[in-house]
This record gives sequence, structure tokens and C-alpha cells, in this order.
Amino acid sequence: MSASPIATTRTAAGMPTGRLAVWWVIASEIVIFGGLLGSYIMFRLSHDAFAAQAAHTNTWIGAVNTLVLLTSSLFAVLGHKAADAGDGPKAARLLYLTAGGGLLFASIKFLYEWPHEIHEGFTISSGTFWSFYYTAAGIHAAHVIAGVVIMLIIAPRAKRNLDLHRVELIGLYWHFVDVVWIFLFPLLYIAK
Amino acid sequence: MSLHDHAPVEPGYEVHTHHGDYVRIWAILVVLLVVSVAGPFFGHPLVTLVTAFGIAVVKAYLVAKNFMHINVAPRYVAYLVGTCLMFMLLFFAGAAPDVMKSDGTNWNKPAWVAAHEAAVHGGAGHGEAAHHE
Repeated sequence: MSASPIATTRTAAGMPTGRLAVWWVIASEIVIFGGLLGSYIMFRLSHDAFAAQAAHTNTWIGAVNTLVLLTSSLFAVLGHKAADAGDGPKAARLLYLTAGGGLLFASIKFLYEWPHEIHEGFTISSGTFWSFYYTAAGIHAAHVIAGVVIMLIIAPRAKRNLDLHRVELIGLYWHFVDVVWIFLFPLLYIAK
Repeated sequence: MSLHDHAPVEPGYEVHTHHGDYVRIWAILVVLLVVSVAGPFFGHPLVTLVTAFGIAVVKAYLVAKNFMHINVAPRYVAYLVGTCLMFMLLFFAGAAPDVMKSDGTNWNKPAWVAAHEAAVHGGAGHGEAAHHE
């Protein structure tokens, strides 16, 4: 007879504990990103200089990265669907594709976009806009990298049809990371 | 073949999600992205505001509903998320007067006022002084 820790069998909340935990994380993250974006909006509305500084960000790069994240979210939810159908290998493949999207996003940001901007003289200490820009995009990118790492941990077990519920859980987190970027994109790249 | 036939998962894990046409939702999101990028080309601030932030809200709703399935989660999940959003608005409402106004009862921002005056009179460094206060 096998035994499972009580923490993973409890369903008094009306949903599996893991899913509840991820929603709890997401709620906490809303406060973190909400405070950051709220502060940005206050300064953006108060200082016209922000618009002039934002004019130096590359809208096309931001748009490409948005497309990358939206597509990776599609892979994540298709992975969830495959996991629900009990198809672990397919769920794992889709998780790898999702992680690939995250890596592509981070690569564009860290290997092209930021070096280019720093080369142009726009660093985190160049002004309030750039402080917000690097802080917000940096914290978001850290979440992207964390998501990629978790997916690379989950995928090999999913491939063997083990712990398939985790495919849904990391998907939930990944969609939230996508939603945050959906708001960062117009704030940092479009409102010029 | 169901999940429970051969896939060891968290006990109590239930497959209840109704999976819709995700590719169609993704296509809608991509079209909305194109519109949000195209908005500023019209050169009208109101159009940019709507196409950038209005569409961002719509995109976030589509992702939350169709990809995160928040609509089929227990009702308290939506309340939990909504409460955090409310706290964000409370923070904004509480802090905005200090950040966005140049003066108030028994306080003002000399650097900000100076920057504003410089801007009005065509001086350089509009807004920058306020950034460094």
C-alpha cells in the first residue's frame, strides 16, 4: 500500500491543492507586478519626458517577443490538453516547445535588445523611465527563466506519464507570465 | 483512454477542463497584437490609448478565460484575483496624489515646479529635474 502526503490529497478547497497553490502564487504576483506597473503609470502620466524616453524602445522587438510568448502560451495549453488526455509524450513535447519559446524570448531580450540599448547609452541609471524599464522587464524575464527551468524539470517525467497534473500547473503560471507581458508591451513599447 | 488509466497524478486530481479551440483563440490574440502595433500609426492619442490598453485588457481576458480556464475554477479564485487587483487600485489611489501632484497641504515639489516653469518658458530638461528630486 502506498501512502501520499496529506498535503497532496486534500481537496477541501474544491480543487487539487497544487492548482490552488499556483492560483495563490498568481494572486501574490498580481500585487508585485501591480505595484510596479501602478507606480510606472503614475510617473508616466506625470512626466512628459517618459514619452520621449520611451520613443527609444524598439516596438518591433517588443511585438516579436509578444508573438513569441503568445505562441508559447498556445503550446502550454495544448500541453495541458494532451496531459488531460493522458498523452504524456505529447504533453512533454509541447512543454519543450513552450520552454523553447521562453528561451527565444529571453535570448532576444538579453542577446539583442538590451545590449543594443545599453550600447546606445540607455542603462538602468539613465533616468526614471529606464529604471522602470529594466526593472519591470528584468523581473518579468526572471519569471520567464524560472518557468523555463520548471518546464525542463517537469517534461521528462511527463514524457513517462508521471505527474501529468504538473503540466497544467506550470501552464497556469506561464499564462500569467504571458498576461503580465501583455500589459508591459503597450506600457513600455507603444505609449510613446 | 482516460488520464487515470495509466497516468499517476496527484490524488484527487480531476480532469474537468473543457478544452476549446485554442488555435482559434491564439489567432485572435495575434490579430489583436497586430492592431495594437498598428494603432500608433494613426497618430491620434485616443486611438493609441484604445488600441494599446483596451486591447491589452481584451487579450488578458482571453488568456485568463480560455487558457487559464478561470471561468471554470471555483468562484473564490476569481474573488482572490479580483481582491488583489483591488489592492492594486487602492495602492494607486493612495499614492497617486503624492506622485502626480506638484503641491498639496503643507507640501510642494520645488524641483518639479522649476522643471515645469522651464518647460513653459522653453527651457531645456523638461521633466528631468523632477526625476532627480
